Amino acid sequence: MTTRECDLLVIGGGPAGMAAANAGAALGLKTLLMDEQMQAGGQIYRNINGVSGHLGALLGPDYLHGRELAARLRGSAVETHFGTLVWEVTADREVSAQKNGQSFRLRAKQIIAASGAMERASPVPGWTLPGVMNAGAAQIALKSGASLPAGRVVLAGGGPLLFLVACQLMDAGAEITAIVETSPAANLLRALPHLPTALTAPAYLIKGLSMMRKIRVAGIPWFRQASALSIDGRQQVEAVRFHSRGQDQRIAADVVLLHHGIIPNTQIGRMLRIEHAWNQGQLCWHPILDSWGETSSPGIRIAGDGGGIAGALAAEASGMIAAYGAAYTLGKITEPERDRGTAMMRRLLDRHRRIRPFLDALYQPPEWLLQPSDDVVVCRCEEVTAGRIRKMASQGCTGPNQTKFFSRCGMGPCQGRICGLPVTQILARELRRDPGEVGAYRIRPPLKPIPIGSLAALDSTTTTGDDYGN
Amino acid sequence: MFKRMQSPVAPEQDGFELCVDGTPITAQNGETVALAMLNAGIVPFRHTAVSGQARAPLCLMGVCFDCMVEIDGRLVQSCMVDARPGMRVTLLTGARDIGAAE
Repeated sequence: MTTRECDLLVIGGGPAGMAAANAGAALGLKTLLMDEQMQAGGQIYRNINGVSGHLGALLGPDYLHGRELAARLRGSAVETHFGTLVWEVTADREVSAQKNGQSFRLRAKQIIAASGAMERASPVPGWTLPGVMNAGAAQIALKSGASLPAGRVVLAGGGPLLFLVACQLMDAGAEITAIVETSPAANLLRALPHLPTALTAPAYLIKGLSMMRKIRVAGIPWFRQASALSIDGRQQVEAVRFHSRGQDQRIAADVVLLHHGIIPNTQIGRMLRIEHAWNQGQLCWHPILDSWGETSSPGIRIAGDGGGIAGALAAEASGMIAAYGAAYTLGKITEPERDRGTAMMRRLLDRHRRIRPFLDALYQPPEWLLQPSDDVVVCRCEEVTAGRIRKMASQGCTGPNQTKFFSRCGMGPCQGRICGLPVTQILARELRRDPGEVGAYRIRPPLKPIPIGSLAALDSTTTTGDDYGN
Repeated sequence: MFKRMQSPVAPEQDGFELCVDGTPITAQNGETVALAMLNAGIVPFRHTAVSGQARAPLCLMGVCFDCMVEIDGRLVQSCMVDARPGMRVTLLTGARDIGAAE
């Protein structure tokens, strides 16, 4: 029996994935889209097909922009598989995925991975307490279930999403008792040289200023340049502590929302052993891509924030560009057609990227967050502290993969998603080397734990894929 | 730890029930198990296998695994599973005892 084939497999149903799949199908490619979530939208357009009018209006036009993409996907020839976890992708583009508890395989001539972004870890004392969440998690609760944190909410960290979540929660009726900004004063000086470029695409700046104005007008206590952030509590959050305005502060809280920017989700690319580079501006890894989104592994492309953080509109443009690249490689379009068809998207991409150097510098996380004190748990799954990681470095551990042998750091169920970046950064500091040299965790399939029973249908004689999706 | 928004236009629907450690909680259509549990005030979601620390969701988007529970006998990230009527959710309490029955 043969393994099922398609021209283009798109992994991820956010803005980049939807745009890539829509474009791929429109260019005549037999296109499949898979996403682990039950609906299209990714995180940025989460629940875009089901959101109520009232909540949609509250979330605003940037969110509702996703409706058009989702509607086009529904009306397209794309075969969509939601609730489907892609757990292995090989260099010859054989893909293993699980749906309804059963695994199946297929082969794709071209793959576009659009697995998006996730929030940078904020390892501070007390961040493992129940009641401490990422700010993005509160936004997901709002989008997906019209729910908001109960009681006194404190937001701490830095970046546009921190302010956006604060404004949306305020509109939804949450009780925000403080905003604690951790960006150091020096960031402003570092950001200023990038301001002229940012001003050439001013829409983002105007939105940012209007969010800040809204928070000021609401009279929410707003602490800046905070340091020594920690969270108090026995069984769950009780208060936030930090240093700001020249003194130690303690603010009682029921829910603490942390945010220190977003970073590409690189798990699929790491599993494929494609080349990555350390981005010193964004302090994270990004895959090395050509101008059509192609990685160092032929036929495998990455689009959207998974290829480098630039936001939802840039993701949409990069998804389309990657699909045109795939269609050209498969001979569906000529070179002039490819170039003509993507000219406008390239201009959009360029415009949406202009704000980034300014934002990256302005909201660069503080040094004390990147180098947590010895007692802070860094690997949440295996409960490995920063002190233990430093000790491993002094004992001769040269990179993140050796910390696994020494301590199981990064070997819990999240497979190093949360602690990967901090472990690389702590080791780099201890070893006095560049994070790019220290490297990252090696990622192996399955990308997420799957039950043994899921593999039952996978032996070579029964791998047809014909009956998946039922 | 969470609550449902008061909507001026759409009155709250009746919802449906699922069971968490034998206690019924109410969920609304479209909520994940994790969100239904947060809205029901369930804290913590689990105790870690390493030291028994209390944990609740961090990310709600399938990254952190701190929302892990057992649903109908399977270990899952509760933020990635839609709540369904009659689901039986079991909270994790520390390391599994390998020698225990089953």
